[in-house]
Amino acid sequence: MGSQGGFGQSKEFLDLVKSIGEARSKSEEDRIILSEIETLKRRIVEPDIPKRKMKEYIIRLVYVEMLGHDASFGYIHAVKMTHDDSLLLKRTGYLAVTLFLNEDHDLIILIVNTIQKDLKSDNYLVVCAALNAVCRLINEETIPAVLPQVVELLGHAKEAVRKKAIMALHRFYQKSPASVLHLISNFRKTLCDKDPGVMGATLCPLFDIVTIDVNSYKDLVISFISILKQVAERRLPKSYDYHQMPAPFIQIKLLKILALLGSGDKQASEQMYTVLGDIFRKCDTLSNIGNAVLYECICCVSCIYPNTKLLEAAAEAISKFLKSESHNLKYMGIDALGRLIKISPDIAEQHQLAVIDCLEDPDDTLKRKTFELLYKMTKSSNVEVIVDRMIDYMISINDNHYKTEIASRCVELAEQFAPSNHWFIQTMNKVFEHAGDLVNIKVAHNLMRLIAEGFGEDDDTADSQLRSSAVESYLCIIGEPKLPSVFLQVICWVLGEYGTADGKYSASYITGKLCDVAEAYSNDETVKAYAITALMKLYAYEIAAGREVDILPECQSLIEELSASHSTDLQQRAYELQTLIGLDARAVVCVMPSDASCEDIEIDKSLSFLNHYVQESLEKGAQPYIPESARTGMLNISSFRNEDHHEVPMHGLRFEAYELPQPVVPSKSPVSYTPSTELVPVPEPSYSREIHTSTAVPSISNSGSTELKLRLDGVQKKWGRPSYSSGSTSTLESSSQKTVNGSAQTESVSTSTSRAQATSSFDLKKPQVEISEEKQRLAASLFGGPSKTDKRLTSSSHKVVKSSSHTTEKPHIAKAADTALEKPTTVQPPPDLLDLGETTVTSSAPSIDPFKQLEGLLDQGENVSAPNHGAVNASKAPDIMSLYVEIAASGQSGGAVNSVPTNGDDMLSGLSGQSIRTASPGGAAGSSPLSKGPNLKDALEKDALVRQMGVTPTSQNPNLFKDLLG
Amino acid sequence: MGIRFILMVNKQGQTRLAQYYEYLTLEERRALEGEIVRKCLARTEQQCSFVEHRNYKIVYRRYASLFFLVGVDNDENELAILEFIHLLVETMDRHFGNVCELDIMFHLEKAHFMLEEMVMNGCIVETSKANILAPIQLMEKSS
Repeated sequence: MGSQGGFGQSKEFLDLVKSIGEARSKSEEDRIILSEIETLKRRIVEPDIPKRKMKEYIIRLVYVEMLGHDASFGYIHAVKMTHDDSLLLKRTGYLAVTLFLNEDHDLIILIVNTIQKDLKSDNYLVVCAALNAVCRLINEETIPAVLPQVVELLGHAKEAVRKKAIMALHRFYQKSPASVLHLISNFRKTLCDKDPGVMGATLCPLFDIVTIDVNSYKDLVISFISILKQVAERRLPKSYDYHQMPAPFIQIKLLKILALLGSGDKQASEQMYTVLGDIFRKCDTLSNIGNAVLYECICCVSCIYPNTKLLEAAAEAISKFLKSESHNLKYMGIDALGRLIKISPDIAEQHQLAVIDCLEDPDDTLKRKTFELLYKMTKSSNVEVIVDRMIDYMISINDNHYKTEIASRCVELAEQFAPSNHWFIQTMNKVFEHAGDLVNIKVAHNLMRLIAEGFGEDDDTADSQLRSSAVESYLCIIGEPKLPSVFLQVICWVLGEYGTADGKYSASYITGKLCDVAEAYSNDETVKAYAITALMKLYAYEIAAGREVDILPECQSLIEELSASHSTDLQQRAYELQTLIGLDARAVVCVMPSDASCEDIEIDKSLSFLNHYVQESLEKGAQPYIPESARTGMLNISSFRNEDHHEVPMHGLRFEAYELPQPVVPSKSPVSYTPSTELVPVPEPSYSREIHTSTAVPSISNSGSTELKLRLDGVQKKWGRPSYSSGSTSTLESSSQKTVNGSAQTESVSTSTSRAQATSSFDLKKPQVEISEEKQRLAASLFGGPSKTDKRLTSSSHKVVKSSSHTTEKPHIAKAADTALEKPTTVQPPPDLLDLGETTVTSSAPSIDPFKQLEGLLDQGENVSAPNHGAVNASKAPDIMSLYVEIAASGQSGGAVNSVPTNGDDMLSGLSGQSIRTASPGGAAGSSPLSKGPNLKDALEKDALVRQMGVTPTSQNPNLFKDLLG
Repeated sequence: MGIRFILMVNKQGQTRLAQYYEYLTLEERRALEGEIVRKCLARTEQQCSFVEHRNYKIVYRRYASLFFLVGVDNDENELAILEFIHLLVETMDRHFGNVCELDIMFHLEKAHFMLEEMVMNGCIVETSKANILAPIQLMEKSS
C-alpha cells in the first residue's frame, strides 16, 4: 500500500497534507491551517456534498483541531456523519465527534439517539463503533439511556462486541460507580470468557474494582493465578505473543491485580508463590518486554506477604537491571529497589555504587528516581548527606512542580531525622530560601509551632536553645534581599515571640530589623501584618518587664502608615499597637501574656455563649434555626430536577437516578458552623482579641486556607503534644513514625559514634580529588551504617522497629519480638510449592481448552484450599451451570426495572459492609502512632542520662526531634 | 486510568496524531504538547525513555523522524508502555507495510481506528495484531 493515499482521496486533500508536512515552522503551519479554516467554512455548508467529500472535510477538521485551532464550526457536520449508513463514514463521524467533544458538550444529546440505534444494529462493526463512542461520550446523566443495551451486549456472539461492552461498563463504573454497582458481578462472568481478548479486557475493570475493595475479590485469587499460569505456559493463541513472550500485557495486568490481592494476606500470597517463581525463571531478560514483566513481578513480590526465595529472585533481577548499560533498565532497577527496600533493607548495600552512579548521572529522570530511593532509605545516620544533596539539587532546577515536591521531602526528612537543632534550623532556612513560596504554608506553620512548643519534654534549656539558635540565624538572614513571603512570616513571628527572650539582643535592635522588613516588603500585606504583630509582642514584653519603651522613629512612621492602610486588618493591628503602648505594665500582662502561643484556646463548639442572644431574638419573634438536614424542601427540589433530566432519555431506570442525591445530604449536623465561625475569634469586643491574634498564629498551622473552620473542630487534638506528628504536613507513613520512636532509645547510645562517622566521612569527601574514592565515601555515608543493628532499626518497616525495641524496653519485648520474628521465620518452604506446581503442570492434559478450565475454576474459587485443578472435573459441571444461571439471572434483572432495587440494594449493602471492614484496619493503623507518642518514662530516663553525662542535650542527643515528632 | 494521552510528533515538533483519554481544552493541549515535546526532543539517545512531567510520566520512543509519546500515570509500568508503543508501530507496519510519517498523515483516521481497538478508557485492551486489524480490514473491504 503506497503512502501517497490514492484511495479516492482528492487532490485537494493530498495537497493539504503535503503542505502541512512540508511546513518548516509553526507559523507557516498556522498560516496553512488558517486558510484551510476559511476554505472549510465556505465549503462545508454547500448543498449536496458527496459523502466521500464530506468525510474528507471531517478529517480536515480533525487536522485543524489537532494542530491547535478551533474547528467548532464543523462539529455539527461530524455529528451528522454519525447518522450515515455507510460503516466507514459512520465510524469516521464517531471518531471525529470523540476527538472534538467532551462528554458535557451540548451536541452529545443529538448523538445519544444515534448511539442507541447503532447499539441495536445487526452489523457487529456498527455496534463496535457505537460502543467506542459510548466509552468517550456518555456522561453520568446519559448512562441510563444506554445501560440496558450495553448489558445486553455482554452476551453478544461476537467477542469484539463483548470486549467493548465490558469496557463501556468499565467506563460507567469510572464515571459513576453507583450506576453500575449491581452489574459488577458481570465482570466475574466475563473473566471466564472463552475469548482471551475478552478475558484480558475484563482485567481492566477488575483491577479498578479490586483496588477499591480487595476483600470481596479474594475468592478470585485462585482464578487469577490459574489464568496467569496458563498464559505463562503459552496456552493463549500465538497472536497474543509479543517478542516471544506469551501475552505479556495480560501477564502484567494480572500481576498488578495479584499484588493488590496478596498485600498483607498470607494465605492468598502463598498461593501465588509458585507461579511467581515460574515467571521469574521464564522471563527473557534480554528483551525489554521480558524485563517489563520481570519488573512487575518484583513489584508484586514486594507487595505480597514476603517469601525468601522470591525475594532472592527479585534481588537478583534488580542487580541485573542496575548493572545494565541501558538507562531504562537502571531506572526500573532503582524503582524496584525502592520497593524491595521496605522488606529487605539490606539489599541496598550491595548496589551502593550503582545507586551513586545514577545519582550523579546527568540524566534528570534517573537522578530524580534515585532521589526517590534515597528518600525511602533515609535514616538518622545518613539524613544529613541525603538532605544536603536534595537541597543542592533543588537549587539547581527550575521545574517548580518538582521543586515543591523535593522541598517538602527535605522538610519531612529533616523533621523526622534531624540530628541537632542547629542543623534542623539551618536546613529549614535553606529550604525556605531556595524553594521560597513554593513551600507549602503548612510547613511554615509547623516550623513555628515546633519552635514554640519545643521538644515536648519539658526540657526548657533545650527549648530555649532551639529558639535562640533560630533567632540568631534569622537575624543573620533577615537582611538578605528578596526573601520569600512565607519565610519572612516565620522570621517575623519567631522574632516577635522570642527575639528578646534570651536577652542577647535588645528590643530596639530587633524592632529596627522588623521595621526594615515591613518597609522592604511594603507590598506584602501578610508580611507587614506579621511584622507589626511581632512589634506589638516585643513592646508588650518590654512594658511587662517594666522597662522603658522608646519607640523608634521608623517604627512610629510605620504605625502611622499602617493606620491609614487600605487593609482594615493592618489598620486594626496598627491601632491596637498604638493603644497597647499607652497601657501600664499590669494591663499589658493581662492583654498580652508573654509566651502564650502554646496555651490552648478553648473553643466552645456549641457556641453556648450565644444562647442568651438567640433566646432574646426568639422572644422578639425571630425564626428558629432549622438544621440543614431538616430542611426537606431543598431535597424535593433537587430530586425534581433530576426527574426532569432523566425523563427524557430513559424512564425505565429512573429510580436509580433518584437515589443519587441521598448520600450527598449531610446525615446529621447538629449546628451549622458556617454562619457562626466569624464570631468565634471575637467573643468579646475588647482587648482580649489581641490575645487571640497573637496566640492564634500557630493554630493556623494545619489549616491552610480554611483556618476558621479547622479551628473549630478537634482543637484539642491539634494542640495536644502526642498528635503532633500526625498533624504534620508531610505524608508521613505511619510505619516511619513508629521507627522514629522505636529507634530512639537504642540509638541514643550508638548514634554518637555512628553520626560522627557519617559526618566525618562526608567532610573528608570534599578534599578528595579521585572520583571513585569520593563515591565510595558517599556510599559509606549513605549506606554504611555503623552497625548492622542500626541499619535494621531505622528501616521503615514497622516490624523491624518492634524488634529494635527489645534492646531497651524489656516489658514489651515478648510481644514485639514475637511479631517481628514471625514474619521472616514462618515462610513456607518454597520447594514444596514448586514441586506441587510441577505435578499440576504434568497432570493437566494439553488438549483441554484452557478457558473451559477457567469456567471450572470460578466455581473452585470457593474451595480455596484445592489448588489441584489440572483438569475439568465432570462432577463439577452442575455447579458451574447453577452458578451461571445465577449470574445470568442477576444480569437480566439488572436490565428489568422492577427487580433491580432489591438486587442493587443487596450489592450496595454488601459492598458498603466490605468497605467498612477494609477501612477499619487503616483507621487503626492511623491512630496507633498516637498511642506511641512520647513516653514519659523514656523521657525521664533520657533526662537522667543527659544529666549523668553532664553534657548539653543539643550536642549529645540527636533524637530530640524524633521524640517530639514521634 | 493508566494512559492519559498518546501523541505522535515529528522531530520538528509538529503533531501528527493526538489522542487524549481525559478531556483537555484546545489551549491546554497546545501548551502541554509544546512543553513535553520540547522536553523529550532535548534528550539524547542514551538517556531514559521516560520523563517526569508534572504529576505524570511520559514514555517516548523515536522511529526515524517520528516520536511516539505516551503520557501515563505514575504507577504504570514504563517499560511495558515502551513496548506498547512498539506494538503499535508493528501493528501499523503490518497494515501499511513499512509505515512512515506520511502514511499516518494520509490515513489519520485509520491510525486512530487502530488506537481505538488497542486502548479504551486509558487501558490497553487488545494486543493481538490480528484482532486489532480485523475490523479495519473488514471496513476497507465493505466500502
